[in-house]
Amino acid sequence: MLNAKPTIKSTLKALLYLLPMLVISITFSIYPIIKSFIMSFYTKYDFFKDIVSQYGIDNFKFIFADPDFHLAVKNTLIFVVGVVPLTVIISLVIALLLNRIKWLAGFFRTVYFLPFVTSTVAIAQVWHWIYNSDYGLLNYFLGFFGVNAISWLESPKYAMLALIIMSVWKNLGFNIILFLVGLNNINERYYQAAKIDGANAWHQFTNVTIPLLSPITFLVSVNGVIGSFKVFDEIFALFNGTPGPSKSALTIVYYLYQKFYTEWKYGIAAASGVILFFMILLVTVFQLWYSKRHVHY
Amino acid sequence: MKLKVAMVLRYVILILGAAIMLMPFLWMLSTSLKTQPETVKIPPIWIPKHLLFSNYVNALKEAPFVQYFINSVIVTTVTTLGQLFTSILAAFAFSRLNFYGKNILFVIFLGTMMVPGEMLIIPNFVTLSKMHLINTYGALIIPWLASFFTVFTLRQTFQSVPDQIYYAAKIDGASDWHYLWHVLVPISKSTITAVTVLQVIGSWNAFMWPLIVTNTEKLRTLPVGLQAFTSDAGTNYAWLMAASTFVIFPMVVLYIFLQKYIIAGISKTGLKG
Repeated sequence: MLNAKPTIKSTLKALLYLLPMLVISITFSIYPIIKSFIMSFYTKYDFFKDIVSQYGIDNFKFIFADPDFHLAVKNTLIFVVGVVPLTVIISLVIALLLNRIKWLAGFFRTVYFLPFVTSTVAIAQVWHWIYNSDYGLLNYFLGFFGVNAISWLESPKYAMLALIIMSVWKNLGFNIILFLVGLNNINERYYQAAKIDGANAWHQFTNVTIPLLSPITFLVSVNGVIGSFKVFDEIFALFNGTPGPSKSALTIVYYLYQKFYTEWKYGIAAASGVILFFMILLVTVFQLWYSKRHVHY
Repeated sequence: MKLKVAMVLRYVILILGAAIMLMPFLWMLSTSLKTQPETVKIPPIWIPKHLLFSNYVNALKEAPFVQYFINSVIVTTVTTLGQLFTSILAAFAFSRLNFYGKNILFVIFLGTMMVPGEMLIIPNFVTLSKMHLINTYGALIIPWLASFFTVFTLRQTFQSVPDQIYYAAKIDGASDWHYLWHVLVPISKSTITAVTVLQVIGSWNAFMWPLIVTNTEKLRTLPVGLQAFTSDAGTNYAWLMAASTFVIFPMVVLYIFLQKYIIAGISKTGLKG
């Protein structure tokens, strides 16, 4: 039964239940993880015959020397640093406000979350239109403040900003929901205790809300960083299948896509995927280490 | 008095924020019903003089959107149901059965969730080419028939069901199979709905994978078809917005009706589907 020791019989039975999932996940998740590490060392590879005639570290050498890859790393980091803090701060503010109102709270929650369920490709077409330099809505609004028309999507200076704005807009709702859960879980008694100690609203916020919300803030940041490192759909759709004007929105995954899909350089593409993996791992481990010191569970 | 001002301020900020969130949707709808000259009017028109529903008809005729729609429905349905089936079985094994290697297997699966899916695209493409599945529904569906995320979420829910119910079913002579489908699954209905809806949204909106494994028009899903349509539509923004609305609309309807489950699902797991 439930706490009984495993036996051959119970293992066989469990195996039957696990079988469909195991077959798929071994073929399409576990095997390819190992395979992509191996592929990153393929230096001569005939895809059609699946014959590898040479292994080596040339792919990594190439990538580390490739100015495009440097640019991709730089752009990815700019994107992460642009999107994550903005999303965290704005969604926290909205969640705090939503938490303090009753009337229409459900309506607001629905509206803020809406972008999350919409197709990135479809909504990027709308943003493409909003960013239009001649007839776009954004330049029209900015005109009221005396701002001259900006070529959001054609100028390398603004392309990344345009991408960041759209991505923040799309990701807010998801984080708001998580923050709302976190706020709901804070026991009202802490605030009462703080009040008795004479804490004003600001002190309550910094000394009760922020520390008690830190596990959620941590979760939201990790999710955000991992997701932002892998940005692709937004770029492809917003810049019509290009990595932005003068590659100003070329990111690591976009680089991988280009090497793999348009240039057929499987080894180099796999190597860039391996580097992406280690970058995400490194940042996640760093965040974990940081959270050990600053997150109050 | 001070309290009242604070309350008004809260609503002002929230309404402004909501307006920004809704603006792209309203602009999309508005543009999709305009005539060509109206789309490029400055100052912009929010409500067109005549609602030009023919934009939808024309846009959908211009590219095989009906075919794309059918493809999306097929891929989303089969992926979601298949994944649900494999995940329910696996979650049952992890939550109710004891077997050798259970913990190791679990840790391996947790570890694989850390790996960016984009990294797996290349070897998976090679595997599917060897199986001669590139440019088939198989390529769009089969790799997604297992999801650790779904397994973990379901396992958590299954574990929270009291053991007594399991023993009671056993005493009544129910087999594990019967207990799973007639007791555990119905009890866990709300979690199952949540992961199902999240998966439907994910499949419907998926872009990079379908873009890579299909290169014929006949097999495109809606997002890939829409992306291809942008070059056909050119500067005809009314058509483009009509097509975008067509892609977005089904998920918005689903969301409005099943909102409660989606929110509960995200709250429980805190992870993207």
